[in-house]
This record gives sequence, C-alpha cells and structure tokens, in this order.
Amino acid sequence: MTRTGIVVANLRRRKRRTLLTIMGVAIAMFLFITLRSVLTTLSDSGEVGSENRLIVSNKTGFTFTLPMAYATRLAATAGVSGVSWSQWFGGVYIEPRNFFAQFAIDPATYLALYPEIVIPEDQKQAFINEQTAALVGRGLAERFGWQLGQTINLQGTIFRPGEDWPFTIRAIYESGRGGFPDNTMYLHYAYLEQAFGGEFGEAGSFVLGIEDPAQAAAIAAAIDDSYENSAASTKTQTEGAYNLGFVGLYGNIGFFLNTIGMAVVFAILLVAANTMAMSARERIPEIAVLKTVGFTDRAVFAIVLGEAFAMAILGAGLGLAGALVVFNLGEFNFFGFIPGLAVAGRTILLMAGITLILTLASGLVPARAAGRLNVVEALRHVA
Amino acid sequence: MALVEVKDLTKVFRRDTQEIAVFDGLDLTMQQGDFLALMGPSGSGKSTLLNLLAGLDRPTSGTITVGGHDVPGMKSRQLASWRAGNIGFIFQLYNLIPVLTAMQNVELPLLLTKFRSKERRDRALTALKVVGLTERADHYPRQLSGGQEQRVGIARAIVTDPQLILADEPTGDLDAKSASEILDLLQRLNREFDKTILMVTHDPNAADRASRTLHLEKGVLLEAAGSSI
Amino acid sequence: MRIPLVYNLRSLRQRPATSAATVAGIALVVVTFVGMLALADGFRAAMVSTGRSDNVLVVRRGSDSELTSTVARDQASIVSAFPHVATDADGTPLITSDVYVVITRNRDVAGGSEANVPVRGVGMAAFRVRDQVRMTEGRPFERGRPEVIVGIGTALRFPGMNVGDEIELGAGRFTVVGHFEADGGAFESEIWGENEQLMGVFRGPVFQSLTFRLEDPQSFDVAKSAIEADPRLQLGVHRESAFFAGQSELLTNMLRFLAIFVTGIMAIGAVFGAINTMDTMVSARSREIALLLTLGFRPRSVMASFLMESTLLALAGGILGCLLALPLNGVTTSTTNWQSFAELSFSVNITPPVLAIGVVFAVGMGIVGGFLPARHAAKQVIAQALRKA
Repeated sequence: MTRTGIVVANLRRRKRRTLLTIMGVAIAMFLFITLRSVLTTLSDSGEVGSENRLIVSNKTGFTFTLPMAYATRLAATAGVSGVSWSQWFGGVYIEPRNFFAQFAIDPATYLALYPEIVIPEDQKQAFINEQTAALVGRGLAERFGWQLGQTINLQGTIFRPGEDWPFTIRAIYESGRGGFPDNTMYLHYAYLEQAFGGEFGEAGSFVLGIEDPAQAAAIAAAIDDSYENSAASTKTQTEGAYNLGFVGLYGNIGFFLNTIGMAVVFAILLVAANTMAMSARERIPEIAVLKTVGFTDRAVFAIVLGEAFAMAILGAGLGLAGALVVFNLGEFNFFGFIPGLAVAGRTILLMAGITLILTLASGLVPARAAGRLNVVEALRHVA
Repeated sequence: MALVEVKDLTKVFRRDTQEIAVFDGLDLTMQQGDFLALMGPSGSGKSTLLNLLAGLDRPTSGTITVGGHDVPGMKSRQLASWRAGNIGFIFQLYNLIPVLTAMQNVELPLLLTKFRSKERRDRALTALKVVGLTERADHYPRQLSGGQEQRVGIARAIVTDPQLILADEPTGDLDAKSASEILDLLQRLNREFDKTILMVTHDPNAADRASRTLHLEKGVLLEAAGSSI
Repeated sequence: MRIPLVYNLRSLRQRPATSAATVAGIALVVVTFVGMLALADGFRAAMVSTGRSDNVLVVRRGSDSELTSTVARDQASIVSAFPHVATDADGTPLITSDVYVVITRNRDVAGGSEANVPVRGVGMAAFRVRDQVRMTEGRPFERGRPEVIVGIGTALRFPGMNVGDEIELGAGRFTVVGHFEADGGAFESEIWGENEQLMGVFRGPVFQSLTFRLEDPQSFDVAKSAIEADPRLQLGVHRESAFFAGQSELLTNMLRFLAIFVTGIMAIGAVFGAINTMDTMVSARSREIALLLTLGFRPRSVMASFLMESTLLALAGGILGCLLALPLNGVTTSTTNWQSFAELSFSVNITPPVLAIGVVFAVGMGIVGGFLPARHAAKQVIAQALRKA
C-alpha cells in the first residue's frame, strides 16, 4: 500500500462525492476558460491583420465613404506596393438574424493583397470572370449548407433597398492563417455599380499593401496629412488597429467578462474547499489509525494534500479538455459572433495557476490539521 | 392471549454469495407483563429478533403476532403508525437527536399521534417525571451524562404508552452505577406500570433483573438453568 | 406526521461553515443571473422607451435602420402635407425631417477605444414631436447656427463635450450649447443639431428619416396605408416605438442568451456542491434518521425534511444573491447596438420580476440539489444505521 494508493482509495470511498466535486470544478473551469478565451480571441483579433496592410477609411465615421478618385493618389504614395478597395454591402440573407459580412471588392487587386484568402485556382478564375459571382468562406458555406454553383438571394438595405440581389457561388475560400475569418462573402464592386446605373464612385475603405512594415506609421501619417483639409478626410491605420477598433465597440465587455470570470473562480474555490473540509472532519479516526500504524506527520500531511491536488487537477483537466474539444477542435464560436474562438496558451497557464491555488486553498488547512493530529485524542472518538 | 407470539421463525441473510441462516424455526411466547432477558453470543441474532418483532425487518418465513397484529403482514405505512403507538425502543447508544432538548426528544413519538400541543407536552413531562428527569427537560443531550441520556431514551420509549418495550443492550455503554439505575427503572416500569419488556443483553447482572432469561444460541432459544422467577 | 422544522433549522446551525459555503455558492449564481438579466433588461428598456406609440417614423422602403435610409426633400414636403400629421396651435406641422449619421469618437482623451456616436440633425419642431426631450444644461441650438446639443448619456461618457466646447463634425466645427435628457431612451446617447446645418457637413441634401405626431392616435394604420400607397413616395412607415424596440432585439436576445448560458453552467456547479453538502449531512445524521424511521416517521417525511433543509439553504442563498445584486441597479454602461451600429448608454435595470425569478431559480437549485441525498436518507436501511458507531 503506497501513499498514492491511499489517496486513490480514499477518493474512491465516497464515489459520488468525489465525482461531484470533480465535475463541479470541471464545469466551473470550463466556464472560466470560455470567458477568458472570448477575451483573448477578441484582443488577439487585433493582431490578425497583416502588418503589411494599411486600411484607409473616412475619418468622420465608418459609415462614410471615400471618393474612388483617391485610389490613384494612394497608389502613387511612397512605400505603397498595391491598392484595392472594398465597400460594405449590408445585404440580408432571408432574415436579419442570419447576419454575416459582405464586401464588394475589385477581385483582381483585392485578392492580390490578401494571400490569406486561399482559393483553388479554377474557382478563383470563375469568381473573377463573372460579375454576379460570389466568393464565400468555408465557415459561411457550411453554416448555410451552400454548394458551389448555387444561387442565393440577398435583400439590399443600402443598395436598392428591399430588392433582391442574386449571386452565384463560384468560389469557396479557406482561411490561410489562424484567426482570419472564413465567414465572409465577397462580391464584385462592378455588380454594385449597377444600382447606380454605371458609376458609384465611392469606396467604404481602401486597402494598401506596404513594402516595409516599419514604415507603416510614417506612411499613414503622410496620407492623413495630405487629405486633412479635403471634404473627406482620412484615417489610415494598420489593419490590426482597424480591427481592434471594432472590438472596442463592445464597450465594457472586457470588464464584464473578467468580473464574471472571477465570480466563477471564487465559486470553484468554495466548492472544493467545502468538500475537503467535510472529508477532513470525517476522517479523523482514520488518520489517527494511520499514525498509529507508523505513518509520519509529514506523510499524513502529504496524503491529505494529495487528495486535494488530485481532485483539483482532475477537475481542471476535464474542464480544459472540454473547452479544447468544443472550441479548438469543434470550432464553436457562438454562431459566428466570435470568429476564431480558441483557447490560448496563456489561458492554459492561467488555469494551471488557479489549479495550484485551488489545491492549496482547499487542502492546506485540512492537511496541516491532519499532520498535527494528536493520536490519543483522536482514538478516543473511535467507536 | 399471549402478547407476543412467534412461531417457526426463519431469517436468512445473504452476503455476497453466502447465505447465513440466523434462525431456523424459532418459537417465542411472551405474556402481558413479562420482563424477558435475551442473551447470546455476538452475531447470534438477538438484535435481528428485536428488529423483526418491531417490524423493522421481515422474516424469511414464520409468523410474528404482537398484540393480535400480524406484524410481517402489515404494509409499511401501517407498520410505521402501528410501531409509533405500540412499540417503545430503547437503544444501546441512546440515539437522542443532539439538536433537540430532552423534552423535545421525548415528545418526538407523540408527533405521530393525534395529540395536540399541550397534551403532548403534558405527556412528555409525565414520562420525564417517571424517569426522574423533569429538572433537565430543557437541556441538550450534550449537557447530560450517559445515564441521564439513557433515561431520556426510556422516557421517549414509554411516552406513547406502548404495549411492548424493546431494549437493545440498554446498559451496554454505561458505567456500573448508571447501569444499575437504569435497570432499577426498567424493573419499576415492569412491576409498577405492568410494562412488557424484552431486553437484549450480554451482561448477566442485567439479565438477573429480568423475570425470565432466554439464550439464543445457534439459532435456537434455550431456557438457561437457574434463571430467576 | 411532519418532522418539526426546528429540527432542520437547528441541524443547519450545527454546521455553520458548510451551510454558509452552500449559501454563498448559490448566492453567487443568483447575483450573476440577476445582474446579467438586469443588464439585458436595461438595454431593452432604453430602446423600448425611446419612441412614442403616437409618433410615426418614416424611412426608405426596405431600410431597417435610419443609417441606410435616404428620404428626399420633396418626399419630406409631401408627407408633411398629409392630413394624418398633427399640427400645432399655430398651424406648424409636428414633423421633423432628420439627418442621421454615426461618427467615430474616442472614448477617452488618450485616444483609446473608439465608439460610434449617433448625430441627428433635426427640424426645429423636433422638440415638440419628441417632447420627452428636456434640456438639463444650457439652451437648445438656434436655427441657422453651427450649434449642437449633446444627450447626457454621451456627454458624460466622452471627453470634449461640455457646454462651450467645440467639436468637429465632418468638415465643420460646432459649438456645444447645451445638454439634454430623454427619459433614459436612445436619444440621450445622441448629438443633436439643426438638420440644414448638418446636411452640409455630412451626406448632402438628403434626409434619413421623418418623424411626425399622429393627428389621431388611432389612425396609424390609415396613415401607413396612405403613405405607402402613394406612387410618388417609396417609403416604409413604422410606429416610432415599434421601430426602436425592433432595433433592440438582436442584442437583447444575445445578452439574455449569455445570461442563461453563463448562469446555467454556474448553477450546475452550485447544484453539485449542494448535493455534496446534503450527502454529508445525511450520512452524518444517519443514526438520527434511523431513529426517526424506527419511531414511526414515514420515509416520505424524512425525505421531505431533508429536502426542506436544502431548500432553506437555497432560499437563503437566493435572497442573499438578490441583496448583493441590488447595488448594481442604476449603474450606467454603454455598448454598441449591433442593429443600429450606434452607441447606446443605458442603466442596469433590476425589477421585482427579475428578483423573483432569481429567488425561484435558487429554490429550484435547492430542490434539485437536495433530491438525491434526501431520497437516500429515506431509503436508509434502519438496522444497519442503528448499529453504526
């Protein structure tokens, strides 16, 4: 009979209690990891943007457009290797609840700037050559069960509101880099211009490829300066900063999620500490017997602490496994609200720390009490 | 008519794959007013017999009649209320509820009757008076000595004026002096109040206080030589 | 037949630490639950209270938000001539033609996170059409001047919007001349100026929406058919209250879903904790239970008694949780409404129904948590329990 054997035997003695405690810890850990992962994913999305791209948008607000005419001057700016543009389409697929992002782009120049959009060559050409074609991400296609060649209808809200816009899905792309969303649809800017009988002349934002990321700040400043006094002044930033701006729209959510996270952790500690205390009280006679048999104070201390550790790590491990399966493997992302939701390495580290604290908080006091137990006193209580 | 009539009683326990027959065709008769001591080695089934008489367990075969009632034949709901009114149980380890006072512990069985609050309290006080503990009515078990706790146990056992009192090693946990006091009390209940008592014990001194002693050995009841009248 | 309640109460008191831990666990779940529901309710309340049911909001047909809508000047004139539009004592039609855009502003001076602040250019009749709008400081803007007033939701949350400050809107500079409140509705998060002034700096000579007061509050359907049927107009007609309420659906549902998801999971954990606690209590009191059964109390009574204990603990937890949540009431926060893409500030709104749900939820957890241990207590084999030391 080894010390570990004793720990295991004790845990198995009250199977239901042990199981429930471990499950309780697992559930609370799962929730904690989920909340933190939402936070980390949101803040990491700021890094998703390639450092080789700048986004030029209207300084007044993101719903304002920039004149298409800016394209030429932007292309000529020092350090800029390529220019493309996109315009938010904002169509409705059947009902508003099915929301997803749609952008009207100039396929050739746009795709050149986004190597993350990985498309089989034949599909890519099919998309480029057909004005009513649509390029959709794998995630989006799976969500609605779309197939290549299928025609879908979007109802316009900004452009020809209330009318149907038919699109034929000619290409499905995979995300070439972790975190790059695969739930977006791209359409032809030229198709959009039909709503204006020829020329729209505006773009929601411009995308610039830059040769040297270190020059990003300088180039951005130069561009914004040059348009400072124009009717449509610009705000140029790295793609990462631009994306982060959208995250900021969520307001206090970070604070909110952190608070809940802490409440959850606290609850876990309560559950586990409670159980350990209950166990400890019941086990006084046994511990006395162990000591009579010859186990040292230290050994008994280790056994009790070992029990706390076993429950904590089993629970935490289970919770973590659950989260990894659901988010990293299963790619669940709250119906598209948090694309790329995954458990980050630093969350796992944090979780390990909590497990340690949990072990100590729930096991230290009972372990010390067990170590110090006076055998004679204790045996008097044995029937 | 005998108060307790047991005929051809068999009880078989199953443990894993083994079958252990505790008794095999046991007979027992008790008249109203008897004070019977039951002795026997550990594991002989003395407590099992008590449990069967009280309807806490069912026999494998045989009949048990107490006060004219066929005990094994009663359904559990009937059994519970029959037991509440007809059987008083005294335990070795007193089994008082620690969070209730002596008075409240004694009152407990009365909650199963139709008596109203004042009646219940009066009866409980009477029972406590019989056992000589009225001044401790509001004390908690932890404030009482072992002997006092057992006296509360006895008060609880008699408070509903039961037909039969079953005592399982009532003095087993007590020192000699307290044990003697308890036995005095039991004798008094038997002689003054005509209570029928079946007491399981392995203390020969305790058995001496009863009017009759039976030995349970190897599943059979035997009269021992030299039992007091 | 019932085991007295005092037995349960005193038994709980015997184990103060364990009881307290269970109560605390449940209280935590209830606090989270009430807090999150109240957040969703607060958001919804702000949107729902924004509009009046006797005001009509007109946008371009097919547009589901003011942002994507355009209404031409001539269309606005046609609508204001309709008989359904109420008129003031001096004959002015109670209608406002609104310019509506959403601009980007930094939440703090250091240029941290950004938010989308709605800017609304209104007609001078707007204050009569939306009479819940009241000045809290300064004065309303004057016609023809580059002046704006700021709703208190936004004024307090963003730098540089005090009375007297100058702010940049589009290519123009405007002076803040006052702050206003609007019964906690969405307008409190907006910046208002004169429509003609703001047209010039934003999207040119078009409006985004029209809002007018109904001459006869019962005549909404009539007005709607009349306007939508008119071949000169391509407009969609909504009740102002319904329009704004509709804009809150997505986020409200999301917040409620989050509330249920998070607290549902926490509740499972709390229930596990409760089961453990009750289990221990039952096994510690197994001799008492055997005694009660021996005395003749029915197993059902024993089970009910233990269930009562766990329910009492849970009830205490529920009440404690509600009390802990109360200070959150009225705390203001803000977020972007995904449907309108505009920032909305609102207050956490704890109402009696939410508290009641919280308590019921707690009791539910107590019953679920106590059930198995209570049943275990009742099924105890008496003989064995009586012998246990």
